[in-house]
Order: sequence, then C-alpha cells, then structure tokens
Amino acid sequence: MIARETIINTILALLLLAVPLIAMAVGEPFYITLSTRVAILALAAVGLNIALGLGGLVSFGHAAFFGIGGYAAGILATHAFNAEPMLFGVEGTTSMPWIWLVALTVCGLVALPIGAISLRTSGVYFIMITLAFAQMIYYFAISWPAYGGEDGLSLSVRNSFPLINTAKPLPFFLICYALLLLAMSLFALIRGSRFGAALQTARQNDTRLAAVGIAPFNIRLIAFIISAMVTGLAGALFADLNRFASPSMLSWHMSGELIVLIILGGKGRLFGPLAGAMLYVLFEYTLGGITERWQFFLGLILLGVVLFARGGLLGLLAGKARHG
Amino acid sequence: MSTALLIEQLLNGLQLGVMLFLMAAGLTLIFGVMGLINLAHGSLYMIGAFACAVVASLTGSFWLGLIASLAAAAAAGAIMEVVVIRRLYDRDHLDQVLATFALILIFSEGSRWVFGSFPLYLDIPPVLQGAVSLPGGGQYQLYRLAIIAVGIAVALGLYLLISRTRLGMRIRAGESDREMIAALGIDIQTLYTIVFALGAALAGLAGALVGALQSVQVGMGEPVLILAFVVIVIGGIGSIKGALIGAILVGLIDTMGRFLLPKTLALILPAAQAGMVGGALASMLIYIVMALILAFRPRGLFAA
Repeated sequence: MIARETIINTILALLLLAVPLIAMAVGEPFYITLSTRVAILALAAVGLNIALGLGGLVSFGHAAFFGIGGYAAGILATHAFNAEPMLFGVEGTTSMPWIWLVALTVCGLVALPIGAISLRTSGVYFIMITLAFAQMIYYFAISWPAYGGEDGLSLSVRNSFPLINTAKPLPFFLICYALLLLAMSLFALIRGSRFGAALQTARQNDTRLAAVGIAPFNIRLIAFIISAMVTGLAGALFADLNRFASPSMLSWHMSGELIVLIILGGKGRLFGPLAGAMLYVLFEYTLGGITERWQFFLGLILLGVVLFARGGLLGLLAGKARHG
Repeated sequence: MSTALLIEQLLNGLQLGVMLFLMAAGLTLIFGVMGLINLAHGSLYMIGAFACAVVASLTGSFWLGLIASLAAAAAAGAIMEVVVIRRLYDRDHLDQVLATFALILIFSEGSRWVFGSFPLYLDIPPVLQGAVSLPGGGQYQLYRLAIIAVGIAVALGLYLLISRTRLGMRIRAGESDREMIAALGIDIQTLYTIVFALGAALAGLAGALVGALQSVQVGMGEPVLILAFVVIVIGGIGSIKGALIGAILVGLIDTMGRFLLPKTLALILPAAQAGMVGGALASMLIYIVMALILAFRPRGLFAA
C-alpha cells in the first residue's frame, strides 16, 4: 500500500504544475507568476531544510545566501548589459546556467567560513551568530553604493536560458519547477545516504556519532554548505522572477520567513517546504487581498501552528513524520 | 581631528552602549533564568517608545510619558509571558524563535494599525535641553549625558537587586536550578512573570529614552534587537556583567568605527573611495569583532 504521505506529496507536486497550466489555458498569467514564486520559495526552503530539518542546525541567516544568489544574478547581468568587465577582466553574463554556477560557487565559498565559525557554537549561539553574519552581509550590501546600495539592483531583462524563451512566464516557471524537483531529489538522496544518516545522527546524538569515528563538525559543515548553495540558487531565480535584486532579500525577515515556510509545511519532511511555500503564498495572496495588514494574521496563524500544530500542514494531513 | 570631536564620539559610543545594555540586560536575564530566546524584545522597546510619545503628547509631560513607558512595557511583557511565552519554556529554541517571530509580526502590524505608518515625535524634556561644554572646547547634548547616567544607575540598581535582595536571590537560584527552587516552595511561575516584566520594563525604558533622540515608529526595535543579540553573544548569554561589558564594547566599536575608519583609510586611498570602503567596513565592524571573539571563545567573554 502506498503511504498516505506519498499520495499527498504527489498531489502537491501535481497541483503546483497544474495551476500555471490551467492559468495559461484560461489566460490568467498572474497565477503563473504566483506559482513561480511558490516554486522558488520552496526551493530556498528545501535548501534550508537540509541544514535545519536533517541536521537540526537552526540557521537564522539563510537570507544571506538567498540574497547573495540574487545579487550574483543582478551583478552578472548588469555587467553584461553595460558591457563592462568585472574585477580581473571577467565578463558579465546573462546566461542562466552560468549565473547559477556562479551563485552556487559564491554561496558555497561564503558558507564555508560562516559555517566553520558558527558551527563551533550550538543552540542559541548558533542561531544568533548566523543571524549576525547575515546582518553583516546585509549592511555591506546597503552601504556599498557600486551595486545599488539601499535601492537594490534592477535587471533590465530576464536572463536567458539556451533554447527556452524565459521572458514568457510559463517556460520560466517550468525551469524553476524542474530545479525544485531536482533539489527535492537531492534532499531525498541525502536523507537516504550514509552521509544523511550521519547528519541525522549528529542532530540526535553527536556524542554517539563521534564514538563511531565520524566527526560531527565535518558532517554539519558539509550539510551547511550544500544547504547554502541550494538556497543561493533559489535567490538567483528570485532575482530573475522580480527582475530585481533587493537588499530585502538579505534581511533577517527573509531568514525568518524561510524558517516559517519549513515549519508551516512540516519540519524535516521532503515536501514540507513545498507545502509551506504553497500555504504561505496562499495566505499572502488571499489575506493580502483582504487587508494591508495581512502579516498580523500571518503572525496569529504562525503562533497557532507553533503552539498547537507542531507537525505543520503535512503533519496535519499525513500524520506524524516517520523520521524522528 | 580635534580632541573635542573625539570626546564627543566617545560619549556617543558610550550612550549607544548604555542604551544597548538596557535591552541586553533583559534579554540575557530572560535567557539565563528561563532559557528562552525572545525575538519580540524589540517590540517591547517599541511599545515603551510609543507609550511615552502618546502620554507625553497628551499630558505635555515627558516624565509621565517615561512612567507610562515603563508601565506599558512591563504590562505587555507580563501579558505576553502569561499568554504565550509560558508555553515555550519546555520547547526547543526553534519553536521559541518562531513563536516570538510571530509575536513581532503581530506587534508590528498591530501598532501600524493603531498608530499608522507615520512616525511620532517626542521632545526632550526642557530640563535636559541644551548642551554642556566639553574639555577641548566642544559642546555635548545634556540629554545624551542623562541617558548615560540613567544607564549607569540601572546597571548599579540591577547589580544590587540581583546580589542583595530576596528577589535577586531567587533569580540566581532560578538560573542555577529551577526544579530545586520550585521544590523549595517558591512560586516559580510568578517569578518567571516578574523577571519577564522586569526585562520588558528595561526595554521599554530604552525605547522611551531613545524615542526623544530619534523618531518613534514601527520597526524601530529591530535594528536594536539585533545589536542587543550581538552584545549578549559577545558577553556570554545569561551574564549581566557580560551584557554590560559587551554593550559598552559594541557601542564604542560601532561609533568609533564609523568615525575613524573612513578617516584612517583616507590616508592610503583617494577620499571618495575611502569614504565608501570605510563606511561599508564600519557597518560590518561589530559583526567582524563578534565573529573573532566567538572564534576564540565560542561561549562569549563571560560565559555563565
């Protein structure tokens, strides 16, 4: 018999694919953009879920990587648009695969020292130090005028992908959707691997992990870096969706929202981030349509979920997670 | 660069530090006694500032406003503790972060509902208007000196409260072993509410004092909250002494960095570039210092 969670997961994945297709058919392109937003936010949260869900690393600074990814897209595209080379004579580019590669690499390189320092601490210290690192990058971005400072960085046209017309909403959605599925496969692969087993043990009992000869620090650091890279990729797509790399992508509210997505959906579950992102964008759209103060109600809902429904949406629909 | 300017900047740094101490003391006390990380502490700061601004504009008296800010923040803190926070003590830090993040959304949007998006203004009380002259020929705002004095008085009062009174003894006992003091017949729930309200009142006081220097608006608590986190992480979470030293350190480093870095860089770089690099570097400076301190002492300078 197929587990109930699998059925719900399949429905969620198909639902996200169906909405833009139907929207396209009835000529409501706005819903395609909304679905793209869901896919990208879910991708960012899948990244965070590797550190937070599997490794128990409550990073309150993942906006840093989301923003770095966004700025990577913005900066490369700006240089390509103005036809001026960057530092060391490297040319800018408007090709998405190259931008993704740069976003992944830069996020990995930034996550290495941040992770190496932050992971020396744990618990509340880890939460606060990741927050502080993200703030450091945020303040750097708003006080560095070369790339927009507080005003952010606009992209004049959406970046391109070989053979696909990304300026149309549906092809761009499909790119984001494909990357989301890829990232979720990566998450499932990690969770089922020896590395994933070590990572989950590091969360549950790191002394025992050390006793079998695996250093928890290294496992956590690698997970943190992979997690940062996936979130950075989402950031690059987000900048392309809005054609804008904004310093607010780096703000601590963003870090909080990414955690919120995971908790709304269900922590440590493969489809938790997607369920959370769908719910979040749905709230944003419906409540935001009723009142400008929709975040007030989001706060109430979130409070209710944390206090009374700890498994999130998937916990409600599919019962307790099998992986403790 | 004159000595007067240097002294003025040092005093500014001290004033920022003292103000951060008022925030950090409450945060660190709450963490030390209840093991709770409270992101909504910045909202209490905001509530204090709004209460002061509203009461001061209604009655015309800053001092009544100040009392109102203490009362409003303490009351909001106590209500928050009884309704929400109490359920979070046994939860992990992730739940605490999320629930208090939700509280921020509720408080921020709620006050935007009540007061609108426009900032309120709060005047410095007449007694404290004007300036005093500094050695070296400069002038310094009397009000800022008063804030420094209030901060030092609060630090002293807090020290006496915790080391000399019965309540302080219970707080210290709660820090070291909460089951034990509950077993000794002390009403730990009330103690928690009192500690939370005390921390909230300090945050509200900080908000009201700073409200007269800046404008009073929604979201004013968040930058301060994050600085206060940096302070308690540097000082060692749970240590009031650490909070005081960390706060002064952060206040001075931040202010002096913004003041001195562009000037220092101007010696080796062209002026425009020095301003840009110096400004960017200065805004990151305290985080760099925090990372350095944590790299060598992962539990802060005065780990409890």
